[in-house]
Amino acid sequence: MLQLGVAEPMRECEYSQISTRSSTPMETPYKKRTPKKRKWQAFPGRNKFYCNGRIMMARQTGVFYLTLVLILITSGLFFTFDCPFLSVQLTPAIPVIGGVLFVFVLGTLFRTSFSDPGVLPRATPDEAADLERQIDVANGSSSGYRPPPRTKEVVINGQTVKLKYCFTCKIFRPPRASHCSLCDNCVERFDHHCPWVGNCVGKRNYRFFYMFILSLSFLTIFIFAFVITHVILRSHRQGFLNALKDTPASVLEVVVCFFSVWSIVGLSGFHTYLISSNQTTNEDIKGSWSSKRGKDNYNPYSHGNIFTNCCAALCGPLPPSLIDRRGFVQSDTPQPTPPTNGITMYGSTQSQSHMAAATPLMQSEPVILTDEASLPGRTLLGGPCSGALPLGGQPTPPTSTPNLSCDNGMLPTRNDHSEAHHHHHTDGVHHHFLTPEEAPSPPGMLPCGSPLGHSHTLQGFYNPASQDSLHEDSVRGLVKLSSV
Amino acid sequence: MANAHNLQDLQHQAAVASKVYVQRDYNSGTICRFQTKFPSELESRVDRQQFEETMHTLNNLYAEAEKIGGKSYLEGCLACMTAYTIFLCMETHYEKVLKKIARFIKEQNEKIYAPLGLLLTDPIERGLRVVEITIFEDRSIGSGR
Repeated sequence: MLQLGVAEPMRECEYSQISTRSSTPMETPYKKRTPKKRKWQAFPGRNKFYCNGRIMMARQTGVFYLTLVLILITSGLFFTFDCPFLSVQLTPAIPVIGGVLFVFVLGTLFRTSFSDPGVLPRATPDEAADLERQIDVANGSSSGYRPPPRTKEVVINGQTVKLKYCFTCKIFRPPRASHCSLCDNCVERFDHHCPWVGNCVGKRNYRFFYMFILSLSFLTIFIFAFVITHVILRSHRQGFLNALKDTPASVLEVVVCFFSVWSIVGLSGFHTYLISSNQTTNEDIKGSWSSKRGKDNYNPYSHGNIFTNCCAALCGPLPPSLIDRRGFVQSDTPQPTPPTNGITMYGSTQSQSHMAAATPLMQSEPVILTDEASLPGRTLLGGPCSGALPLGGQPTPPTSTPNLSCDNGMLPTRNDHSEAHHHHHTDGVHHHFLTPEEAPSPPGMLPCGSPLGHSHTLQGFYNPASQDSLHEDSVRGLVKLSSV
Repeated sequence: MANAHNLQDLQHQAAVASKVYVQRDYNSGTICRFQTKFPSELESRVDRQQFEETMHTLNNLYAEAEKIGGKSYLEGCLACMTAYTIFLCMETHYEKVLKKIARFIKEQNEKIYAPLGLLLTDPIERGLRVVEITIFEDRSIGSGR
């Protein structure tokens, strides 16, 4: 009960934040024409956009700035303090090569962080309705409160692959796509969500991510080697301690590089392996194509040899962005399902969710209670999962976090609900419960099943028939009006 | 034909009777390919062969866009060497083919589907998930279907 009081003001802050961002329709309901909005302003995922939609990042960008600062400071110190000495004593090629590497690192970092990883746009209402009809026909009439998890099987190159239905995006995910719960988007060829670059790594930016970590490895090794050379050369003349006194910055650089080298070089090696076998981090960690699963289990996406796999991943055609961030929102023909609270909208598909944002007080009770119920579930989820993150036996990259969203084939029914739980959380309230490290739950984490079971009983008092629609629509605390 | 419409008429005046969605075909992997199965709702409206031909051409165009071969490798390497700045000046091969596809769909709509009261939506506008076919009410016949 105490928590209810705490959550409420934060909830209202959350809503007022959202409604100011996209409040044009609600503030002027009498206006027939509103200024044209760009599609990024109506984007339903949890992303941040800059430069009028040209730049797209995840919501949490703190760690990205840390990465940037580390790279800039270390390189800056290198160019300022070590390069003058080295270019005179050894060769001026050193700062040149260092400069080229530095520019390449920054370029690939920005390209990875700012580009669309391959987000799949959500289904239009008509599409979603059509799919639902097809699913109902396939399943027969809905049995019980919760329809069974919706999957479609498809045979690719001789391997049976299950396509899962995404309740948030209302589509059947293409093979290798996954829903990132941090960004709340389905991403094609989802590799992982990397907090260090502040974005998901998927089909469109995987090659830039790989180039980034590869060039960063070279840069780190380069700086490390030459700083040590610098100190050694100075020590020949002046003695070790005097040399250190003359170049104190070198100590900092060596320390940063030493710790970075292990993780970054390790990560590069891991991703080189992934690229040569054409797997994603997601698939490798789940062991989807490992021979341990069965004799006939092989990767259907691999081209057969390492060279072709590498070329396809790094030099293949660059697919275009599917979300058209800078396009203008079209006023479509009126939707078949009119908004239920009587306010006439100029039919844009995303505007319904903004309408929900603008009427928070009507929705706040069920929303708060939903989040209330999921809070205890969330803390429980945080516990066992975060403790078990370092996966034994795998060369798991410590710096990037694979985001599995409990989305493995081992716990089918619970998984869909766990995915829905991830959607419940809004950043303001739940942030400390669901950090990037806690978000993914590795396969075989059966303890994840039990806390979810608890939170289900807590939510049991809800009308079960509306639970699915609550699951789907509680992203950012916005509740679809039709469920009221 | 009594029920001939042109594209402009359809978009501005006719009412939408229903929409048919042709889903993606993932049997060949993650490449972009649409199912060529003829939807039953279109049986009364368009010739099966014509529709299948349109879908085959569309699939071939997408295959061309995603083809991995000498030309795409060259483009990829060149782009990497210029730190991808070359795409500020020129279009990627994929984008060029997408424009070709847009032209193809417009032409098909104008020549074949609009006179029959149908409209194909470019799949890129639906995130390459579906080919949306809008069936417009056929006023000359009376009932929508």
